[in-house]
Amino acid sequence: MATIIVDNKSYTVDEQQNVLAACLGHGLNVPYFCWHPAMGSVGACRQCAVKQFKDDRDQSGRLVMSCMTPATNGTRISIDDPEAKAFRAAVIEWLMVNHPHDCPVCDEGGECHLQDMTVMTGHVYRRYRYQKRTHRNQALGPFIRHEMNRCIQCYRCVRYYRDYAGGRDLNVFGSHDAVYFGREQDGTLENEFSGNLVEVCPTGVFTDKTFFHHYTRKWDLQAAQSICPHCSLGCNTTAGERSGTLRRITNRFNSQVNGYFLCDRGRFGYEYVNSPHRIKRAVVRPGRHPSQLRTTEGVPHPLEFAADSVRQARGIVGIGSPRASLEANVALRSLVGPQHFYQGIDEQERRLLSTILKVLQTGPVPSASIHDAEQSDAVFVLGADLLNEAPRLALALLQSIRQQPMEQVDALKIPRWDEAAVRNAVQNRRGPLFLAGYQRTWFHEYATDTYFAAPDDLARLGFAVAGSISQEAPSVPDLSPEVRDLTQRIAEALTHAQRPLIIAGTESGSHATIEAAANVAWALHQQGKQPRLSFVLPECNSAGLALLGGGSLNDAFDAIRRGKADTVIVLENDLYRRADQAHVDAFFETAHTVIAIDSVENRTTAHADVLLPAATGPESDGTFVNQEGRAQRFYQVFVPDGDVKESWRWLSELGRATSQEGGSESGVETWRNFDDAVSATAIAAPELARIGEVAPSASFRLVGQKAPRQSERCSGRTSLISHLTMHEPPPPVDHDSPLGFTMEGYRGPLPSPLISQFWAPGWNSIQAVNTYQDEVGGPLRDEMPGVRFIEPVATKTSGWFTTIPLAFQAPAHQWLLLPLSAVFGSDELSNRSPAIAERIGKPFLSLHPSDGARLTLEDHSTIDLVLQDMTYRLVVHLDPSIPVGTAGLSLVPEVSGVSVPAWVDLLKAIQTEHKRRAA
Amino acid sequence: MMNTWLYARNLIVGLWIVFKRTFTKPVTVQYPEEQPYLPPRWRGRIVLTRDPDGEERCVACYLCSAACPVDCISLQAADNPEAHDRRYPAFFRINFSRCIYCGMCEEACPTNAIQLIPDFEQSEYARRNLVYEKEDLLISGTGKYHDYNFYRMAGVRTRDKDKGQGEHELPPVDVKSLMP
Repeated sequence: MATIIVDNKSYTVDEQQNVLAACLGHGLNVPYFCWHPAMGSVGACRQCAVKQFKDDRDQSGRLVMSCMTPATNGTRISIDDPEAKAFRAAVIEWLMVNHPHDCPVCDEGGECHLQDMTVMTGHVYRRYRYQKRTHRNQALGPFIRHEMNRCIQCYRCVRYYRDYAGGRDLNVFGSHDAVYFGREQDGTLENEFSGNLVEVCPTGVFTDKTFFHHYTRKWDLQAAQSICPHCSLGCNTTAGERSGTLRRITNRFNSQVNGYFLCDRGRFGYEYVNSPHRIKRAVVRPGRHPSQLRTTEGVPHPLEFAADSVRQARGIVGIGSPRASLEANVALRSLVGPQHFYQGIDEQERRLLSTILKVLQTGPVPSASIHDAEQSDAVFVLGADLLNEAPRLALALLQSIRQQPMEQVDALKIPRWDEAAVRNAVQNRRGPLFLAGYQRTWFHEYATDTYFAAPDDLARLGFAVAGSISQEAPSVPDLSPEVRDLTQRIAEALTHAQRPLIIAGTESGSHATIEAAANVAWALHQQGKQPRLSFVLPECNSAGLALLGGGSLNDAFDAIRRGKADTVIVLENDLYRRADQAHVDAFFETAHTVIAIDSVENRTTAHADVLLPAATGPESDGTFVNQEGRAQRFYQVFVPDGDVKESWRWLSELGRATSQEGGSESGVETWRNFDDAVSATAIAAPELARIGEVAPSASFRLVGQKAPRQSERCSGRTSLISHLTMHEPPPPVDHDSPLGFTMEGYRGPLPSPLISQFWAPGWNSIQAVNTYQDEVGGPLRDEMPGVRFIEPVATKTSGWFTTIPLAFQAPAHQWLLLPLSAVFGSDELSNRSPAIAERIGKPFLSLHPSDGARLTLEDHSTIDLVLQDMTYRLVVHLDPSIPVGTAGLSLVPEVSGVSVPAWVDLLKAIQTEHKRRAA
Repeated sequence: MMNTWLYARNLIVGLWIVFKRTFTKPVTVQYPEEQPYLPPRWRGRIVLTRDPDGEERCVACYLCSAACPVDCISLQAADNPEAHDRRYPAFFRINFSRCIYCGMCEEACPTNAIQLIPDFEQSEYARRNLVYEKEDLLISGTGKYHDYNFYRMAGVRTRDKDKGQGEHELPPVDVKSLMP
């Protein structure tokens, strides 16, 4: 800790910081542009100038850039010095010389860092009488709008896009006062993290295109904390609504999880909430024929009908879902009874998840948060395609490879925030990152070593690495010399690290890779390291569902087939994505009544006799448990129209309707609000006991007040619905959370889950998050970053996994079909967003060129693949990274519901145009 | 004693003023037969105006609705497919039963679109008739400000104005040129 003197007042600050960060941490307003808490200082924009004095006798002082000045003990600066003020005002005035007169039509207006800084420096009038330079814009794809005229040349975009996110296709062109930030030519920004440009750009050069189509100002958004449902990482988001439409998603800082950035799937995948395919009405469909679909007038009320079916059922099957909240799953389990509750996932996935749980609960190595991943100094990824399955984790690893070179930076006594100097010192040196998988992406360019092999061979590599780290761990005999070399290199790098991280994926369905990853982490733990383990899970609440337990989908199918039950309740789950069509069809045929609760129409809801409209994430309260085991709360952002209700509320009402004649209420029937749901969930499984600590309960009040979801300047209150009614109805009352649906309520510091949007006086942009932190980049004040449900109890490695698979050998005429996730296309909900749908690629089959030759297939040729009684039209990709004897099938909407991995005889299964003609 | 004199004096002065007024012209106007004079900047009924080229001036920036102290203005921005990059309000609604004619919206408006005009004859028997939609608000003229056209000043491209054709604008930069 150091003491610095700012305008003759002393402040205690962290000496590892620069003066700018130190001042911002104490709530002192120093304007800045090019500095960003996650990207360090380069001193380019000259906006954060302050005056530094040698000592208390120094009267003249000198101007310095506060972002480039270390906050060493005794630093004496002045922000209010007239010369420094004049300097900062002059800088803004220069920047505004060319800034267009656009604010009314600029999407950044009202949350613009440039506006904030202009007001902060006091520049009000353009004295420059000459012409403004203009630029042509580029079409940058469905996510981002480009308006280059507004640029102030702070270089943040290229620093973020190229240096931080590893992108290649955004750059700076031109010279002198006409530099241009864009692509070499028009085209979609390729990087999976391009959406962060919207927040990184201090002005409106890059704006959110999906938001543009239903634009509203930040102050008009009704907002609350949400948890991204599009992958297992559980990034925190702020969802903003107006007039019943979800308008946008922005990043929500959580020091342990996503920090300052989101991926594009999370940011732009929200529009499924506004989809025209949303289920808005509860309906009964007698006879299960769509033609007989009637409204509620002609037939009994859906809930009563459902309750009747449940009462008269011979047995009930409750199918849960890894994309429904923990509370909804617990509600279903309570309604049908634990023995009739099935996790709505296939047997293979269920077994994988229980293995992962076992590894994390019984082993000595804890799971890693995204923040831990960023801090790790050596990473070994086994069989996970991070860029496509858990993109934000890949972004974290791009930062982790800077950890080891940072030691040299420290030795050179360069402060870590001094980005330009750090990059200069580090040059191209990268810390160890080993990627073992079966699909090459651009992310592999950042790896120290890559290894492409079938899942069994990946597991063997993992086991071998564990074997060479620890003598006790089982070793792998008969490895090829290259793999043995690689094993040595990996083992050496991991043992030289202090905080190694092992990541394994579930996509390939391989148990062995999970076990191998566990062995590596345990071996490192035995060597006295502080390793962390991270497993990439299939969906947003996979971990929560696994903690809850229950049979698999196959067990549910069995129960119906054997006649043990005849009524099915499907909770937010499209079974056609999880099992092949014939099985699911037979299941629905055999079942007498199907009650489906879901938010968006899909093939399963088409089979429902009773369809109950479920609320989506931003329309409901709930808890997700992410892949790390961290439970996080999401809040209802707005009250949906129609019959839409939270799934757990439907289930509790169904429970009450079923037992109306019975008398006393028990289980889910007693749930009246979300707090009841939380307390019932806490006793549903021993690991869930601390769910009440995730976020404040509904009774939480500050100064007797709720926290507002709307900003103080939320407009249109008396005219938004005046065309419908002149009687201004009272706003909805929220019994489920300490948040209110109005602009009234407590306006002071709040526990982090209750903050609606980051805003502070003078800080309208998202950079206002600085004002919520005690130390810039550190945790929020009163941060509740979620509760980790899974913590290791063991301190020592007890039993190693010893089942080492044999080397992969494809039988003659057989190929192992492997799933290839796609960041845009493999997630059920985000696919419903038009912007994401535009980025979904054509379905393809990846083959090794030698396999392609064997099958006489050319690159980019179109084939028909007959698979599990379905025919898929695919494009052939010949990709040398795909292991020989395997084939990669892209999981895009057209090929959902395929059970992969599976063995397939491609010689028979592939129909080419040529073959068809010959036949 | 002193007070009595004072009262008497005030009484006489007051009566004298009343007497004098009896012979002056009354200021009362026989409305509605006779229309009172309202100065051009009188704050009455709100209209949405058009720019000199006849296009809607409103760019749906939401500043009027934010400035409105009684929150009686609501609108939704939309992009006009016919005019590239030109914003306009998909709907624009003012609830005049709430309006207090304070003129804050007009002050906030960066494009001179929303204007208060000297007209107060808005009485209705039903409150719902006081909800004005865009069709009711939009007039075909420029209102009080005749020359201002926001899109001539703004940097964005529109249907009839390419980059660099606005006022005080240089032609678009050729990024590939390195000439100074």
